[in-house]
Amino acid sequence: MYVAVKGGERAIENAHAWLAEERRGNTDIAELSIAQIREQLSLAVNRVMAEGSLYDPDLAALAIKQARGDLIEAIFLIRAYRTTLPRFGASEPVDTGIMACDRRISATFKDLPGGQVLGPTFDYTHRLLDFKLAADGEVPKAPSRDAETGNVPHVTEFLNREGLIEEAPHDDTPPPDLTREPLEMPADRALRLQALTRADEGFTLGLAYSTQRGYGRNHAFVGELRIGSVPVEMDIPELGFAVEIGEVILTECETVNQFTGSKTEPPQFTRGYGLVFGQTERKAISMALVDRALRWEELGEDNVGAPAQDAEFVLYHADNIQATGFLEHIKLPHYVDFQSELELVRKLRREAGAQQVQEAAE
Amino acid sequence: MGLLAKAPEGRVAALLDAEISRPAFTWLRAPEIGSTMVRARAGATGAPFNLGEMTITRCALTLETGEVGHSYIQGRSKADAEVAALVDALMQTAMASRLRETVLEPLEAGMATMKAARAAKAAATKVDFFTMTRGED
Repeated sequence: MYVAVKGGERAIENAHAWLAEERRGNTDIAELSIAQIREQLSLAVNRVMAEGSLYDPDLAALAIKQARGDLIEAIFLIRAYRTTLPRFGASEPVDTGIMACDRRISATFKDLPGGQVLGPTFDYTHRLLDFKLAADGEVPKAPSRDAETGNVPHVTEFLNREGLIEEAPHDDTPPPDLTREPLEMPADRALRLQALTRADEGFTLGLAYSTQRGYGRNHAFVGELRIGSVPVEMDIPELGFAVEIGEVILTECETVNQFTGSKTEPPQFTRGYGLVFGQTERKAISMALVDRALRWEELGEDNVGAPAQDAEFVLYHADNIQATGFLEHIKLPHYVDFQSELELVRKLRREAGAQQVQEAAE
Repeated sequence: MGLLAKAPEGRVAALLDAEISRPAFTWLRAPEIGSTMVRARAGATGAPFNLGEMTITRCALTLETGEVGHSYIQGRSKADAEVAALVDALMQTAMASRLRETVLEPLEAGMATMKAARAAKAAATKVDFFTMTRGED
């Protein structure tokens, strides 16, 4: 029986009013501005843009403020907003070869054209709490040095020259889009990369780590990691040609992986690819490892049953908004569902009880 | 147009308004906020895939003298889209060389300075390797 119930409106309104008050916190403390969040919590902003799948630092900062710093809630807000935007088109594929690099390192080659550029990294810091940050203080100016001009070549190009690494041949197949068509299996690499770049960082990190620990091991080296800005060009129908419509900061990771060869391919290195909005290095490396693990079939490797090799498992559980939506819905009223379960358990207990009485009588 | 699309918020308006008073125009398409799907290539050079969207604002207008200006700019500023389209239209008039000098060139120089400052900081973090004495010597 379905029982319609009403009520709770006032409780909900009051809960939201209290939420707004708690969000603000103690009013003796200055309120955070969107610009402060954008400038000073920029890695949180980057994560919200990457997983919200919408590049707009101000919106991501607003979402973080509204969500009281709950990044998955903030990502949810961005995803919801994104659906209200009319789409004007798709860009030309960005060229990461012309990236203005803030950071560019290789774990496989020490001396390489363009050099090892550390950029603003946490690496080599001592991970000791810096109590100077608790007090107001001027930040010393970062040193600068004459920069080389010109593009920084990709590391894989060097290996390509010797034929030691698989090629990524140019191709112009229009990619499938999981924001327009539901994600269905089998998913080709373009679809997998789209799902992975917006996937939950923690889930992707866990899967990538599992491949390193032996669940579908593929011996990854970070061939190259680069962070910087690239121009975005789009074909403008009114003009009939492509123009720059903006610039995005991206993190790109190319892994170089061992490959012993197959029936058709000689032994050579293979590649995993990670590319993520913003300065999001942990996510980009994780993405490259998981991308490589998911490529077992096209590379003719064995499926050893590792979680990271299972495209359906990975792609259907990597989206934190889908996951949290389904997970959190179980806290919402299920009174009628539960009522029927309760009835069932009571009935089973009555029957079991009656049987016991009967057995005792016999 | 690329320059106008990437300009910091309010910068084009400040440069233009310091130079001329804005001419009258009619909208062909009033400013509209939307998104573009940014694409990339697997392995940087391979097959394209959808990386995620970015916000953009576009508009189109006609000056009283008939020139049409378009703009597609990053972000959600309708005021910036309007002024970018206006500059695009004015660049087709006799004012082109004057605006190139007073709006586009300062804009380009400002952005080049910012880029160079970033590149110089990155260059300062470049590792200079030197070989230590080897253990077996």
